[in-house]
Amino acid sequence: MNFDFSEEQGMLRDSVARFVQDDYDFDTRRAIADSEQGMSAEKWQTFAELGWLSVPFAEEYGGFGGGPVDVMVVMEELGKGLVVEPYLATVLMFGGLLQDGGSDAQKESLIPQIIDGSLQGSFAYLERQSRFELADVKTTATADGDNYVINGEKVVVFNGANADQLIVSARTSGEQSDADGVSLFLVPAEAAEKITYRMMDGQLVANVTFNNISVPATALVGELGKALPLIEDLVQRVIVYLGAEALGIMSQLNTKTLEYTKTREQFGTAIGSFQALQHRMVDTFMSYEQSKSMLYRAVCSLKDEDDGTDSEIHALKVMIDKAGKHIYGEAIQMHGGMGITDELDIGHFAKRLMMINTTFGNGDFHQGKFNELRYAS
Amino acid sequence: MDTSFSPEDLAFRDEVRAFFAEAYDEELQARMANLDTFKDAVIDWQKRLYEQGWIAPSWPKEYGGTGWTTTQKFIYEQERTAAGVRDVIPFGLTMVGPVIYAFGNDEQKERFLPGILKSDDWWCQGYSEPGAGSDLASLKTKAETDGDDYIINGAKIWTSYAQYADWIFCLVRTSNEGKRQQGISFLLIDMKTEGIKVNPIISIDNHHSLNEVEFNNVRVPKANLIGEENKGWTYAKALLAHERTGIAGVPDTKRNLENVKKYAREEVNGGRALMDDPIFQQRVSDIEIELMALEFTELRVLASVASGGAPGPESSLLKIKGTEMQQAVQELTMEVAAYYQGVLPTDLSTDQIGHDFGSSARQSYMYGRAATIYGGSNEVQRNVIAKAVLGLE
Repeated sequence: MNFDFSEEQGMLRDSVARFVQDDYDFDTRRAIADSEQGMSAEKWQTFAELGWLSVPFAEEYGGFGGGPVDVMVVMEELGKGLVVEPYLATVLMFGGLLQDGGSDAQKESLIPQIIDGSLQGSFAYLERQSRFELADVKTTATADGDNYVINGEKVVVFNGANADQLIVSARTSGEQSDADGVSLFLVPAEAAEKITYRMMDGQLVANVTFNNISVPATALVGELGKALPLIEDLVQRVIVYLGAEALGIMSQLNTKTLEYTKTREQFGTAIGSFQALQHRMVDTFMSYEQSKSMLYRAVCSLKDEDDGTDSEIHALKVMIDKAGKHIYGEAIQMHGGMGITDELDIGHFAKRLMMINTTFGNGDFHQGKFNELRYAS
Repeated sequence: MDTSFSPEDLAFRDEVRAFFAEAYDEELQARMANLDTFKDAVIDWQKRLYEQGWIAPSWPKEYGGTGWTTTQKFIYEQERTAAGVRDVIPFGLTMVGPVIYAFGNDEQKERFLPGILKSDDWWCQGYSEPGAGSDLASLKTKAETDGDDYIINGAKIWTSYAQYADWIFCLVRTSNEGKRQQGISFLLIDMKTEGIKVNPIISIDNHHSLNEVEFNNVRVPKANLIGEENKGWTYAKALLAHERTGIAGVPDTKRNLENVKKYAREEVNGGRALMDDPIFQQRVSDIEIELMALEFTELRVLASVASGGAPGPESSLLKIKGTEMQQAVQELTMEVAAYYQGVLPTDLSTDQIGHDFGSSARQSYMYGRAATIYGGSNEVQRNVIAKAVLGLE
């Protein structure tokens, strides 16, 4: 049993941490998030040069062959910088589905383009009615000779504004929420209509509409009608990666709040000398440490072959949700009036945590799943 | 980063499991549960562990430890609690023992360690005083030099199992010079010495485990002083960090939570098992999820100790969270017990009363209030973290 990081993981962490420190200060981040593209193509190219875009991909496609712990390390450091570039959307979600379910031809043609930074991707899964139920898919794909014709709409598509290629979930059989009958298709983004809008965490997302979009059978990712397990596997990993990003954010919030209370003077003394605040900062410190432990527990469970993984993932989501709210709530409160300004970074960290919490199900949703899994008679 | 078990670990798990199944039999459990036979049963069980070589897993091998890896210690605790096996009485084995092998002289090691390992000597702890609780350094029990002896005067309080004890380890004041912490010494005292009086304190759970211990001109040879005079605070602090790594009590709390679930499946309210009530489920998982994380927090601390790090002030976190979790589970057990939570110890049988866990739930819950108070109250632990970890003055 050990909780050490390998030398390679240490180097990866240092590499991302150095970039965030030297090249991604809060003003830079704000300018990028506010730009028309909502991301920096130049920074993305730096990611490619530093090898980060290759981390989860198999070596035969030019990847680094990294596992969940390697990705976790990257995401934690990206979280500290509130990095808006679509590492999660392109590399981990779009790339992750290709790696797991793509045909050899798909992988050979697309993964190298992700790694060299020339391809942006999105996983378009969410619909207006579906909230957190991954099987709730109304978008349809109907066989038409050798092709499939896709009709429907996807909403809040991460990286939807910049994606060149989409992987779209669509129903090829069954009823709206059936587990069976969901399929994935690669669709060139230009084929669909999209509207884009901005989210509070700096992301530029899209609603994408498919009106009789025809794709060849070779666009199918994974087995026909059997995509749900593929999606669920991906989501398990993504929840761990989001947990790592959240941990990085929580670490920043706690560090910044602690520094602030040591320098901010009221009533003739640093407010950090007040026991009422000290004990609350101890509590946020404990929330952070507990979140870290749960993250490690969850990432280790991804590797274990026992069937406990599901409940560890649900537990992580519950823990991050509670700890996140606790930590950003206290960070805003202890920064006083400054805490509620747009100027200060604290609120921006909070808003990203809020979006992480809702992505793939909030704490209540996952606690319900946890209860069902462990306590149902 | 890897938390999987090797084949050797799995073989070790089977060995431990088989041992507990065989050795911790029903007769022994019954004797443990009965106050009249409690002390003898504990000693018998600890002697059995000594014969097995497993009495002191956290001690260095040269002093009688097991030499187990962190993973093996983890497995041992998992198996111990899963089998419902009572933990050893801590005062000798996890408290004074480590102080003696770390700071005592050779003569003291030879004289005291075997009695601790073999459970021939029952120890108790003399730290708190009527006027010194969380502010331990304000302690006043005096040790004055008289030739080769000290003469002790004062009183200790909240002393668990002093009524059974052969020895007490005490913090006593040997000087009033300098900082309060600097005049304290660590002294071992034979409980049979003339001038010691033990007064029972009945606690909120209606039991007698706590006592006040009075010292009236008690003569103690200076050979019983651990380390140097006036350095006792340093030794006690080292002990506290050691003590806190296990103080979270996660494996026991996990076991207790499993019992709550078991009982909650049997309890029926309006035709529905309590365990199927979504509100109750939510309360269980609030605790269970926090506990899953705490288990790994403890492992992280243990792994860092195993690789040469010291259990630092972070161990205060384990104390705070661990005791909060213990109490949360105890509270839930009371909810499950409903009316039966009020049952006091009785000679009537479970059949006659109608329920078998109400009384033990009450006892654990009521005495459990002590956990956030002893070993440095949780408020003091928060002060420790604020100062030593967060750097707040």
